[in-house]
Amino acid sequence: MESERRQRLYRAEAVIIKRRDFGEADRLVTCFTREHGKLTLLAKGVRKITSRKAGHVELFTHARLLVAKGRTWDIITQAECIQPFLPLREDLQRTGYAYYAAELLDLLTQEQDPNPELFELFLATLERLGRAEEPRLPMRYFELHAMGLAGFQPELFVCLNCQEPIRPAQNYFHVGRGGVLCEACGPAANGARPISLPALKVLRYMQTHPYAELEALRLRPAVHAELEEVLFQYLTYTLERSPKSVQFLHLVRERVNHGMMPAGPAGGPNGESSPV
Amino acid sequence: MELAKPVARLIEEFARLPGIGPKTASRLTYYLLRAPAEQVLALSDAIRQLRERIVYCQVCYNISEEPVCPICANPQRDHSQICVVEEPLDVMAIERTGEYHGVYHVLHGVLAPIEGVGPEQLKIGELVQRVRQGEVREVLLATNPNLEGEATAMYIARLLAPLGVRVTRLAHGLPVGGDLEYADEVTLRQAILRRAEM
Ligand SMILES: [Zn+2]
Ligand SMILES: [Zn+2]
Repeated sequence: MESERRQRLYRAEAVIIKRRDFGEADRLVTCFTREHGKLTLLAKGVRKITSRKAGHVELFTHARLLVAKGRTWDIITQAECIQPFLPLREDLQRTGYAYYAAELLDLLTQEQDPNPELFELFLATLERLGRAEEPRLPMRYFELHAMGLAGFQPELFVCLNCQEPIRPAQNYFHVGRGGVLCEACGPAANGARPISLPALKVLRYMQTHPYAELEALRLRPAVHAELEEVLFQYLTYTLERSPKSVQFLHLVRERVNHGMMPAGPAGGPNGESSPV
Repeated sequence: MELAKPVARLIEEFARLPGIGPKTASRLTYYLLRAPAEQVLALSDAIRQLRERIVYCQVCYNISEEPVCPICANPQRDHSQICVVEEPLDVMAIERTGEYHGVYHVLHGVLAPIEGVGPEQLKIGELVQRVRQGEVREVLLATNPNLEGEATAMYIARLLAPLGVRVTRLAHGLPVGGDLEYADEVTLRQAILRRAEM
């Protein structure tokens, strides 16, 4: 009896990536877990303001969960926050990046398909997005490596057509073939786009080096823009859809860049209702 | 055996409602099938009236029977203070406290980037317009204290910043009747940062 009850419970280390309201006061929570991959779990009563669990199953929270097997949905019975990633909640632009990373992860994974490496990468990415001066760098690193871990690692060193090593020249990127074409093969291939030397260099460096070594890189705005474009084209082609949260990201970024909104957190201690 | 068309259709309609699964949808349908005719017609009439008689207030976008809702039409309310909420139900919750005497603005949702809900899908532009036009002294952001609500509040606060209006946010803190040891880190942190004099 006791062992039977125990079998109906399992533990999971999770990051909350999506959720939606369900029933009166419940939420369906999409978690990416280290042990079981992506899971959709029922969090009961978490929309009540007095819920003890609510704060522990907030979006982008790293938490330890105790889950009970249920008939339709498995149910979160206990939740304990390990890391709330506060900077992602306090700066709109970082919030936007976190949404985008979470959506990508969701699009790249199937339920109950464990991928501990991808779990680690995602956790690290949330931390980096909160800390990095330039969140675009950890974002690009996540796109490239998450695609790789999901089985879509782009070829960046050998021409996908003639198999010759790529030389420092005008090379091309082909989203359909999943990698680079050399200066000879590129122009003839339908759908190949030119890729600049600096952008290709950064991509290759990102693919072969740990993030820590990348952190010191200072990229020119044009290179940032090109990397963003190439990787976005590659992943929307591969996923066969375009992540919706990218709109929000652009909106917030535009507003910050054009000075309509000051970047970063505001507000502080102050009586009953505090200025935002 | 195939279901009679009207039965299948009602089950389908019920199943589209939030919080209702296929089983509940069939249960409700079969209940109505056996219920007295007056009850069923009263229900269908109530639904029709909801659609036909309820409009959105032109000023605050709360649900209303008049083009301008009773709160917006009330000269006793403080029209220089606008409380911004996600849903009409939140207006009722704040009204029940009896502590708020300003007017409201209902957004009809929150920013939800993954669902593709951006500022254009909410009544955010209308709020900015309102602040720009009128003699608004304070905008109190009362979106839900979760990530989506927080992001929406931050977004609106940034939009309003250049307009020079005072922007406040509902205080965050510990729920009444709660227990410190069960509080999550974010709530506790907010409660400490925004502590009040006694
Ligand atoms: Zn070639
Ligand atoms: Zn009104």
